[in-house]
Amino acid sequence: MTHCPECEAEITVRDLLVGEITYCPDCNAELEVLRLEPPSVALAPQIEEDWGE
Amino acid sequence: MRLAILTSRIRVEEKLLIDALRQRAIAFDIVDDGELLFDLSNPDERWREYDAVLCRSLSQSRGLAVLNILEHWGIRVYNPAAVTALCNDKLLTTLALFRAGIPTPHTLLAFDSQVAIRGMEMLSYPVVLKPTTGSWGRLVARINDRDAAEAVLEHRETLGSYQQHIHYIQEHIAKPQRDIRAFVVGERTICAIYRTSEHWVTNTARGAVASNCPVTPELDSLCVRAAQAVGGGILAIDVLEDAQRGLLVNEINATMEFRNSIAPTGVDIPSVMLDYVLSAMKEEAVR
Repeated sequence: MTHCPECEAEITVRDLLVGEITYCPDCNAELEVLRLEPPSVALAPQIEEDWGE
Repeated sequence: MRLAILTSRIRVEEKLLIDALRQRAIAFDIVDDGELLFDLSNPDERWREYDAVLCRSLSQSRGLAVLNILEHWGIRVYNPAAVTALCNDKLLTTLALFRAGIPTPHTLLAFDSQVAIRGMEMLSYPVVLKPTTGSWGRLVARINDRDAAEAVLEHRETLGSYQQHIHYIQEHIAKPQRDIRAFVVGERTICAIYRTSEHWVTNTARGAVASNCPVTPELDSLCVRAAQAVGGGILAIDVLEDAQRGLLVNEINATMEFRNSIAPTGVDIPSVMLDYVLSAMKEEAVR
């Protein structure tokens, strides 16, 4: 378990992969999984101009 | 056999590819493009561990840079850098389509806003103004009249980066509230979807609904030719239906998203992608 960097709510990363996006259940912030062990998340980067298909 | 999947973040598509690799018991690594540091004068032997690298970077510029470096070092990559470069740039895609005689919307290019307006009036309103780079329908504008043209062009020239100062202007195709997204892998159109929306922009990223589109011989032939026009590989072709001219190829995507297309088409797209990569690797090994 880790905490949302925005609101400090508890965040679990079970069944997620590094690089995957999850959402804070309390504040709905978009979070990127940085590490599984120990769990770590960060606010996901905003969409960049060159992102896409 | 070992693959690397280059990512910026793990989307549904990457998870589906990972599942398909695990089902086949193929060894792989996920490589985060943000963590890469290349010494360009000194090829990193780590990459030689991989029989191929599949680029799934969300960042088109990062992905293309990595493809160029790895190809330079002799690593097999999908899609090749040259193919990706053509697809990432709408101007280059259009030129490749013209070179191959593929029908595509009438397109103009201008740098100065007054000249761009002159071009729009040559095509007659409405027209579609796009940046030459970008995806997901971002910053694509339908310009209905001169007032809108002046406003949008002034915003682009004032607020946009230099890439927004290259005005790629297309005739507006009165499509039937949908377009076609066809998936070409190698020499075959494996499936296609209609992307239907009440909005004139019909990207699924912008809320369009996906439904199965039968792959007719005409659609297959057009899309395979379009794919070959940019060098071929694993590609998603965007096709517009024009009442007079029939099917027109609009854009080609080299790092295709497919999460919404598996259920309506019944085609296991990530498996077909992997089949293509694995079979090319095996052919290479035999040589």
